[in-house]
Amino acid sequence: MTDPKGIKFPVEATHIMMFARAIGDYSPEFHDPEQARQTDAGGIVAPPTFPQSVAQFNPDYFLRPKPGQTWFGSGREASGEKGKPASSGGLHAEQHFEFKRPIRPGDVLSVSVKDGASWEKESKRAGKLMFSERITEYRDENGEIVCIARSVGVKTERPVDQD
Amino acid sequence: MTLKASEISVGDTFEEVLVEDLKRTQLVMYAGASGDYNPLHTDDLYSREAAGYPGVFAHGMLTMGMTGRVVTNLFGPANIKKFGVRFTNQVWPGDDLSGRAEVEAIREEDGETLVDVKLTTTNQNGDVVVTGAATVRIDP
Repeated sequence: MTDPKGIKFPVEATHIMMFARAIGDYSPEFHDPEQARQTDAGGIVAPPTFPQSVAQFNPDYFLRPKPGQTWFGSGREASGEKGKPASSGGLHAEQHFEFKRPIRPGDVLSVSVKDGASWEKESKRAGKLMFSERITEYRDENGEIVCIARSVGVKTERPVDQD
Repeated sequence: MTLKASEISVGDTFEEVLVEDLKRTQLVMYAGASGDYNPLHTDDLYSREAAGYPGVFAHGMLTMGMTGRVVTNLFGPANIKKFGVRFTNQVWPGDDLSGRAEVEAIREEDGETLVDVKLTTTNQNGDVVVTGAATVRIDP
């Protein structure tokens, strides 16, 4: 995956509302400015896992179909790509967020990603497991850190057994 | 209504139903909002025939997002300092999930009162799908 430095992530109230609906959260802090002002949030804020949706602003994000390029999801066939491994490249093992302050509509976050540690482990359910860590920093327009996210991905040798 | 430190004690537990009979449509909503369009989560044909799974399954981040509701409902979404999880089992359409938070510590740090909670999200079979932890700021 390509992770260009300095992706701009403009935080918008509508995006927060859609994201909150998607996680089944209809709390006023996520969609109703009037009611949100009466809470200790003092206005609309983003749910804690919202930073992940920076994917929308990464022009090269590999899990979004792009015009003129093949896509591994189904169309006429079960996959639009042939001869590729059946895995999309990995599953999510862990995710951690640390916040210096809440994210609010109007923030324009500068986002950069760097690789962290990587390691391997054997498992019964999916063969060899290859873990890798990625650290994403979200900074505001003053260059202050707002959020640091640490993600651990795992690639499996085969699909996880379902028993 | 967010909790105050005087209203909770170490060992207190809080439970919340996160979803009943998880719908595929919710996976589509999550894909659209988050931008994670991995067909494993929205494209049953791909998931079964190309990837070898029984069908689509939930984004880990959807389960984490739903789990976060236990924390934000108790303590307020503007008061989260840390929130982390480990994904331990996949979540499938039709699953019922319930989230549990246990107060592990109430402590002072840099003039703030903080609460550490342990998080567990379980499906209808009693399988743990997410374990995690959060640290939140709280009024005394």
